[in-house]
Amino acid sequence: MTALLFELLDVEKSYELRGGGAAFRPGPKRRLRALDGVRLTVARGDSVALVGESGSGKSTLLRVLMGLTSPTDGRALYGGQDVTQLKGERRAAFQREVAMVYQDARGSLNPRLPVLDLIAEPIRHHKLRAGPAVRDRVLELLDQVGLPAATLKRYPSQLSGGQVRRVAIARALASEPLTIVADEAVSGLDVSTQAQLLNLLVELQRRMGLTLIFITHDLGVASFLCDQIAVMYLGRIVETGPTRAILERPAHPYTQALLNAQPRFFAPIAQPLQGEIPSPIDLPPGCRFAGRCPRAVPACREDDPALMPSGQGRAVACIRPLTAAA
Amino acid sequence: MSETLLVDKIARRPAWWAGLGSYIRHRPFFILALLVTLAFLAIALLGTAVTPFDPTFQDMEAPMSPPSSTHWLGTDSYGQDLLSRAMAGARYAFLTGICSVLLGALGGLAVGLMAGLAGGRTEWFLMRIVDAILALPSLVMAIAFIAILGQGVDKVILAVGLALIGPFARTVRADVLQVRALPFVEAAGLMGIGKLAIVRRHILPNVFFPLVVQATIRISEAILVSSSLSFIGIGIVPPTPDWGLMIAEGRGFVSFAPWMSGVPGAALAILLIALAIVGDGIREQMDPKQRAGH
Ligand SMILES: Nc1ncnc2c1ncn2[C@@H]1O[C@H](COP(=O)(O)OP(=O)(O)OP(=O)(O)O)[C@@H](O)[C@H]1O
Ligand SMILES: [Mg+2]
Repeated sequence: MTALLFELLDVEKSYELRGGGAAFRPGPKRRLRALDGVRLTVARGDSVALVGESGSGKSTLLRVLMGLTSPTDGRALYGGQDVTQLKGERRAAFQREVAMVYQDARGSLNPRLPVLDLIAEPIRHHKLRAGPAVRDRVLELLDQVGLPAATLKRYPSQLSGGQVRRVAIARALASEPLTIVADEAVSGLDVSTQAQLLNLLVELQRRMGLTLIFITHDLGVASFLCDQIAVMYLGRIVETGPTRAILERPAHPYTQALLNAQPRFFAPIAQPLQGEIPSPIDLPPGCRFAGRCPRAVPACREDDPALMPSGQGRAVACIRPLTAAA
Repeated sequence: MSETLLVDKIARRPAWWAGLGSYIRHRPFFILALLVTLAFLAIALLGTAVTPFDPTFQDMEAPMSPPSSTHWLGTDSYGQDLLSRAMAGARYAFLTGICSVLLGALGGLAVGLMAGLAGGRTEWFLMRIVDAILALPSLVMAIAFIAILGQGVDKVILAVGLALIGPFARTVRADVLQVRALPFVEAAGLMGIGKLAIVRRHILPNVFFPLVVQATIRISEAILVSSSLSFIGIGIVPPTPDWGLMIAEGRGFVSFAPWMSGVPGAALAILLIALAIVGDGIREQMDPKQRAGH
C-alpha cells in the first residue's frame, strides 16, 4: 500500500470581489471561483505535473495544498491530517519534508541577504550541517544548479532572473526535502540550464524517491519529469492520469487543444485555442469549456460534467471524450 | 576559494568608482551641499578650538559693533563675537538634531514594529495614539513636552525626540505591513522558522534601511524645531550660543544692528538647505526604483 501524502477533497476556493462601482459605492459582490471542486491525491514517490492556461488556478491549488490559504470548502490533507491544523511533531515533519519553489522566485528571497545566507538558512534551521560544512554544502548546491562559486556573495538584486530561479531551487534542495512543490520552477530558463535542472530532479527522484508536484506550461517538461499529469481549466481538473497515455491519446478536448497549441519541431505554426477563455466570475452553465470546444453539443451547455474514472488510472470530465470510441 | 572572492571584489571596484564619478558630474548641488554639511559638522566637532573668540567672552569695548577686522561678523549687545557664537552654535544644532532624531527613530521603530506585527487591537490602539500625535505639528508637540519637562539642552532633545516618534512609527508600521506580506516571509514560515527569527532576520533589515534614510532627512526638521523652541524662549537657556536664541536676542535691534539676527539666521538657513539636499540625494540613492532610472 502506498501512503497518501497529499489529498485534496473537493476543494473550493473562491474570492469575494468588489469593484466596478464608484467611490464609496462598491459594486455588487461577486465570487471568483479560483478552485471549484478539485480532487487530487498524491502518494509518496509520485510525480505530478499540473498544466493549464494562465489563471486556471494552478498556483491557488498549490497554496491550498501547502496550507498557505484555507479553502472556502472541502479539505486539504497532509498524511491524513488537515494541513492547516498540523501540530507539534507532524507540523515539524511537514516543514522539514516539504520544500516549495515559488512562482515569484525573486520575491521568495530576502533581498537583504546574500546567496550564501539564503541557501544556508534551511541547512542551519534543520541542523543538517554545522560550522564550515554549511558553506561547503552551499557550494555543492550552487554547483548542482549550475551557478559559479562567486555567486555566494551576491545579493538577489545582482542576479538575473534565471540565476534567481536557480538560487530558489538550490534553497529548496538545501533542506533535503522528501517532497518538492514547484510553481513554474524552470520556465524562463535557457534549454541547457533547464535540462541540467530537470536531470538533477530526475536523479533525486530515482535516488531518494523524491515526490514532485510540478506546475509547468511546458508539456515536454511534464512528460520528462512526471508520471502523472493533471490538466486544469478554470479552477477544475478536467483530465488526469498517466502522463504518457494522456499526451499520446488525450480524452478531453481541452487537453487536445493544449497539445495542438504547443509548438513543435517542423510544425512552426502552432494552432492557437479558439475563442476567449471565459471569465471565472460568471461561469456559463454546463461544461465550462463548451464555448471553445469543437465537439460541443447542446447537452454540453446544460450539465457540468464531473471528473469520472475512465479506466487505466485515467479520469476525465467530459460527456463526449475523444477516446470514448476506442 | 578566497582567490575567486578576491577576483570578485576587484572586478566590482571600478564600477563603484565610476558610479561616484558620474554622480559628482550629474549632481553638483548634492556635492556642494555635502561639503557644506561636512564643514558645519567639522566646526561643530572642533568647537572652541577653531572659533576666533570664546563664544561667551563679552568684549565690553565693542558691544553691538558691525562687522570689522577684529569681529568679522560683528558683536551682539553684550559684545560677544557673533562668528564665534555662530560656529559654537553648530554644535548645539547637531547635538539636538541628531540625538532627538535617534531618539525618535528608535521609539518609532519600537512602536511601529509592535503595531505592524501585533495587528488587531494592539495595532489599532497604538496607531490611534500615533494619529493623535501626528494631528499636531511636531513644534506644537515639542512645546507641550517642554511644558512638562522644563528647559535645557537635554530637555529639548527629549521633547523633540518624543515629538518625532509619531511620524517614524507610522512609516515603520507601513513598511512592516508591506514586508510582512512578501513571499520570503511566508516562505520562512513555511520552513518552520520561528517568529522572532523571522522578525530579526527578514523583517527588521528590510525596514531598517528605509528608516535610516528617513532619519537623515528628518535631522533638519529636528534642528528647525529645537531652534524654534529656543527662539520662543522655552528651549535652550542663555548664554548658551544657540542659533534660535541668538536670533531672538537680535530681534529687538534688527533695524540698526541687523547682523545680530542675520548671522545665526543665515547659519541656520544654510545648514537646513544643505541638509535637505543631502537628504534627498541619499533617499534617491537608497530607493532602488529611482536609482534604476539613472
Ligand atoms: N488573492 C486573490 N484575490 C482574488 N483573486 C485571486 C487571488 N489569487 C488568485 N486569484 C484569481 O484566481 C484565479 C487563479 O489564479 P492562479 O494564480 O491560481 O492562476 P495560475 O493558474 O497560477 O496562473 P499562472 O499560470 O498565470 O500563474 C485567477 O483568476 C486569479 O485572478
Ligand atoms: Mg501561477
